[in-house]
Amino acid sequence: MADNVYIVGTDMIRFGRFDDKGVPEIGAEAALLALDDCGLGIGDMQALYCGNLGEGMTGQKILALIGQTGIPVVNCTNACATGATAFREGWAAIKAGIHDLVLCVGVEKMPRGMLVRRPAGFEPVPPEGLIGSGTMPAVFSHVGMEHMRKYGTTFEQFAKISVKNHHHSTLNPKAMYRKETPLEMVMEAEMIAYPNTKLMCSANVDGSAAAILASEKKARELGLMDRAVKVRASALTSDPYSERNLAMPDVNSATRLAARQAYEMAGLGADDIDLIELHDCFATAELVHYENLGLCGDGEGGRLIDQGETALGGRIPVNVSGGLLSKGHPLGATGIANIYEVATHLRGEAGDRQVEGARIGMTHVVGLGTACAIHILEKA
Amino acid sequence: MKMDTYSVMESIDARGRQGATLYTHIGDDGSAWLEGCRCTACGTVYAGARASCGHCFARDGLEKIKLGGTGKLYNYTVVYRSYPHIKVPFVAAIVDLDEGGTIKGNLVGIDPDPATIPFGLPVRVIFRGAEEAIGEQGEGFIAHFFMPASEGEK
Repeated sequence: MADNVYIVGTDMIRFGRFDDKGVPEIGAEAALLALDDCGLGIGDMQALYCGNLGEGMTGQKILALIGQTGIPVVNCTNACATGATAFREGWAAIKAGIHDLVLCVGVEKMPRGMLVRRPAGFEPVPPEGLIGSGTMPAVFSHVGMEHMRKYGTTFEQFAKISVKNHHHSTLNPKAMYRKETPLEMVMEAEMIAYPNTKLMCSANVDGSAAAILASEKKARELGLMDRAVKVRASALTSDPYSERNLAMPDVNSATRLAARQAYEMAGLGADDIDLIELHDCFATAELVHYENLGLCGDGEGGRLIDQGETALGGRIPVNVSGGLLSKGHPLGATGIANIYEVATHLRGEAGDRQVEGARIGMTHVVGLGTACAIHILEKA
Repeated sequence: MKMDTYSVMESIDARGRQGATLYTHIGDDGSAWLEGCRCTACGTVYAGARASCGHCFARDGLEKIKLGGTGKLYNYTVVYRSYPHIKVPFVAAIVDLDEGGTIKGNLVGIDPDPATIPFGLPVRVIFRGAEEAIGEQGEGFIAHFFMPASEGEK
């Protein structure tokens, strides 16, 4: 494949609730912030890759607000991997030599309340609560319960994930919530689906994030290499067949497959990674991904959180942004917001939450259904 | 097991009601069962009908079967928050059927307490009116539930 691909500009809006703005408006805000981050304009962009689930023709609506240049727009949906999929499409176009400077935007306004997986279409009666449960809390509680069954992981260990990420978010001015949540508070919060309490579920928010990708040649030509971040690997997988997949969604197999591909593409291993933003849509999910991404052996995820290895200052800090649990999880925006976070650390611009000396970072998202996207980034 | 060797599992009289899922079947005699298929190439068992196998990619040879009526509790969660018409708490279970296949459903006839429900619990597949779980939305439908094998039908 051709040239290396670099992130030359990236930014996100502070996640929150924007009842007075539409999806295109908040998407446009992130696009303009990312353009300003590298001193370029919409007229410089050769294509737009837009990730969003709720709207439709979102990329074009964003261009209608900030500049109708007539460039190709690709709108992506891939559940919670939507933003990362849009980013990867931009990366692929540069790799293929089709473009050398593109804009990627992820944006979402979230409906309030609990998400449930859409039924397949023809069920005689809605299956929720009748044929088990397909709500996101229940699905990811199954993920945690399976880990408890195999390794004896405890409710308290899962709760500690939430304590850690809420703590991290107090250091991030772009997080929706910035409050400490002590262990007792997390464990005594309303139980949604055992073992996930309300404070162990991702924060339902609106948000947007954007990134400008350039080929190495273009980045050099524009004089943007100083703050550029290299995309060392991009992997996207669907769920390979696994034994219980159709009854119990499997986020593990898709993640393991994507991790293997990403490490191979980068020529790196888990020990080379300095920080990770991974898909903590529920506290139970973060812990299993420690193992899926190879941060520790199978069954050691509980020990990792007990020993503080994934906290800021630990061996391999995870979700120093506050994660989906506290920064918030606007589905289509999340994948690019994770990339913004890691890029910001690699640039040494993360302020109070800076992971010292970070050189290589990883982002990971999983959309149920299933799509897993992993990127490995390195300071140029 | 194949259709012709299947012994009808115990159930309520389901005559006049509709199955709650696409793989819930009701016989002329009022019995109910879950239908599935098995890939004759690799042996994988699925709930419901399929045209090809997701495991070995075979494009034919998926034979129709009745799913077995007993299994083991592979996994579960106790759901405390749901939509207003759904009765909580309930146990959302994943069961490995003894004769192949894994299906989801509600585990009933047991205290919905994660401290006391053991993984691996032997269960039976039973059929009841769907209104038991979801209120009036379920009226006219019958659905499968899991019951601890040690419990008699209530």
